[in-house]
Amino acid sequence: MKIRANFALVFNLDKCIGCHTCSVTCKNVWTNRKGVEYTWFNNVESKPGVGYPRHWEDQDQWNGGWVLKDGKLQLKSGSRARRLINIFMNPDLPEIDDYYEPFTFDYGHLQSSPLAEAAPTARPRSAITGERMDKIRWAPNWEDDLAGPFEERARDKNFTEVEKAVYAEFEHSFQLYLPRICNHCINPACVAACPSGAMYKREEDGIVLVDQNRCRSWRMCISSCPYKKVFYNWETGKAEKCTACYPRVESGLPTVCSESCVGRIRYNGVMLYDADRIGELAAVEDPQDLYEAQLEIFLDPNDPEVIAQARADGVPESWIEAARRSPIWKLAVEWRVAFPIHPEFRTLPMVWYVPPLSPVQTQIDQGALPTEADGAIPKVEALRTPMRYLANLLTAGKEEPIVLALKRMIAMRSYFRSLNVEGEKNTAVLDAVGLTEAQIHEMYQLMAIANYEDRFVIPTSHEELRHEDFHALQGQNGFTFGNEECSVSLPRLFPERRKKTVEVQFTREPQRLRKAG
Amino acid sequence: MDIDTFFFGIYPYIAGTVFLVGSLVRFEREQFGWKADSSQLLDRKTLRLGSNLFHVGILALFAGHFVGLLTPHGVFRSLGVSDLTHQVIAIGAGAVFGLTCMVGGVLLWRRRMFNPRIRAVTRFMDLVILDWLLVTLALGLATLPVSIGHALRGDASVMIALAEWAQSVVTFRADASLLAGVDPIFKIHLFFGMTVFLLFPFSRLVHIWSAPLTYLARPYQVVRAKYVRYR
Ligand code: SF4
Ligand code: SF4
Repeated sequence: MKIRANFALVFNLDKCIGCHTCSVTCKNVWTNRKGVEYTWFNNVESKPGVGYPRHWEDQDQWNGGWVLKDGKLQLKSGSRARRLINIFMNPDLPEIDDYYEPFTFDYGHLQSSPLAEAAPTARPRSAITGERMDKIRWAPNWEDDLAGPFEERARDKNFTEVEKAVYAEFEHSFQLYLPRICNHCINPACVAACPSGAMYKREEDGIVLVDQNRCRSWRMCISSCPYKKVFYNWETGKAEKCTACYPRVESGLPTVCSESCVGRIRYNGVMLYDADRIGELAAVEDPQDLYEAQLEIFLDPNDPEVIAQARADGVPESWIEAARRSPIWKLAVEWRVAFPIHPEFRTLPMVWYVPPLSPVQTQIDQGALPTEADGAIPKVEALRTPMRYLANLLTAGKEEPIVLALKRMIAMRSYFRSLNVEGEKNTAVLDAVGLTEAQIHEMYQLMAIANYEDRFVIPTSHEELRHEDFHALQGQNGFTFGNEECSVSLPRLFPERRKKTVEVQFTREPQRLRKAG
Repeated sequence: MDIDTFFFGIYPYIAGTVFLVGSLVRFEREQFGWKADSSQLLDRKTLRLGSNLFHVGILALFAGHFVGLLTPHGVFRSLGVSDLTHQVIAIGAGAVFGLTCMVGGVLLWRRRMFNPRIRAVTRFMDLVILDWLLVTLALGLATLPVSIGHALRGDASVMIALAEWAQSVVTFRADASLLAGVDPIFKIHLFFGMTVFLLFPFSRLVHIWSAPLTYLARPYQVVRAKYVRYR
């Protein structure tokens, strides 16, 4: 057993209102620069739909993620040698139009146009060439709220084995919002595909990053990430991706998208997992077993043996404590209401999703739907969204766990309805889904009330413990000269600025982290 | 000093020094700018054919020149490769890969010049280096008829002179007089070729140094511990 901690998230789709606040705040912080205008580290898709970039879920087209080859894990894009052979032209790389051509508008024209009969307009211009665009044909959220013809959106991969023709009718349509960021996977395909070793997973918190100084624009990460969450900056020629807002997370703050989430659907926390079992569990034969396999890789933070081993492996005490209080652990493991997105890609993603209940209130009011005994809460089978669709999205097509999760969420409503409306609690609904009263109250607190400090349980990175004297560098940074940021560990060729005024010593021994943690 | 001594006795060292020292300095100081600078995201259509042909061609040409020019003459002989065979192989391979590279290069050049997106992201040096490579290549192809003429006459002396000159350069005994009897077209090609090395550190060609061959032996996953570096 080799224990590592991973920063993880859960998104509660049941509460996402599709407001895109998350996308906008993320963009303003991270991708409002030249070369990444088209890049959305966080985007929110309306499903069913083909998404951003178009058809990202279709690995027959993009060859992302992992597959089993003779029982062993291999990237779907083939062997290492195949990627090197394709380095001159990566056949799996999306083109910018698969995302969209970034655009801006001729705002200046509104002020500078001469006096005229007609009001001046601001026409679109390409952010790449600066040329006029006669028409904007696609954008990151073109299918917002089911925009566009059904036939186009119905090419959504999650319709596999769903009788989709029915859902073309207005009366039977369904929709859900799917906010997406990088999943900071336990078995990242992007890292495995990077020929120059520029991408890496951080040992301390599992955040996956691109070393900008080592990236050589080989672009294999972009095509190999099955979620298409690595992007190419066409101005700098380097790969960029969601950083999990690590400067914030390191100081115990939630990511920007989580902090600003209007629906309060986002949970940030820590999960402990067994790094020795990655290869084995990501390679289980049947894709439908991958959800359970990933549950198995997580370690119980309350188990004394796990705690002892975590300490031995250098996980700071505050991180073990955070794992114990982790909202992710509760939602994913304890209550089984959250699921990994597309586990069949075999990257062991660390952003999990609570499936949405689809509101059918009018139909219930008209008595047109079967309900639970209370006559107010619909049966899971009667929900608008087909179970198979959700299962294709979250469990590689296995419906039972999804059904159970939704039943539990309905039971929660049913129970609290009986408590608050009828004034008499109905515990039978809880027994039916195998939850205790204590659990349902806790669930209610975390999922319905969702207080800030319950949603975000983030230990700091203990930066201070890396330094013998953490005041030593005070007054030393800020203006720099030369190549200060160079991270390649070569002996330096040229004279460097001396920064040290006080002798500082760097220590990496786990003991020190433990002691003060 | 006559012009030949300068260009074939001294210039090789200027170009070589700039090439090596320039690369080293840039690698040391400018990691962020050290890249292949792919533009595939903006347009992939021409690239499948253009980039593959160009790269395969130019790599083969480089390997051919390297082995052909720098292998001591005696080695070929002892391997049983006669001068004439050597010459025929050089002409054949040069023609095939030269044309491959030329076709790819022209496709890339057209894309760079006329695709509005690629044009918009093209830096001055991108065009300089691409143009320079294409001219060098054209000159290289232009030497073929001359070489074929030599081969038909069974005369390998020019080829041998070129190889000996190249070996004299890399062993720091550069002797421009070895090229005395060589046709001017070869000399012009040599000048352009050496200048590619001179321009190398200032262009996107630096990505060649970073050809990621070690990837073949690397474990898939990379895990790094965060640390603070004190100097
Ligand atoms: S989601 Fe994609 S980019 Fe993020 S860690 Fe997983 S494979 Fe890498
Ligand atoms: S901010 Fe929250 S509620 Fe709004 S779209 Fe994003 S995830 Fe959904």
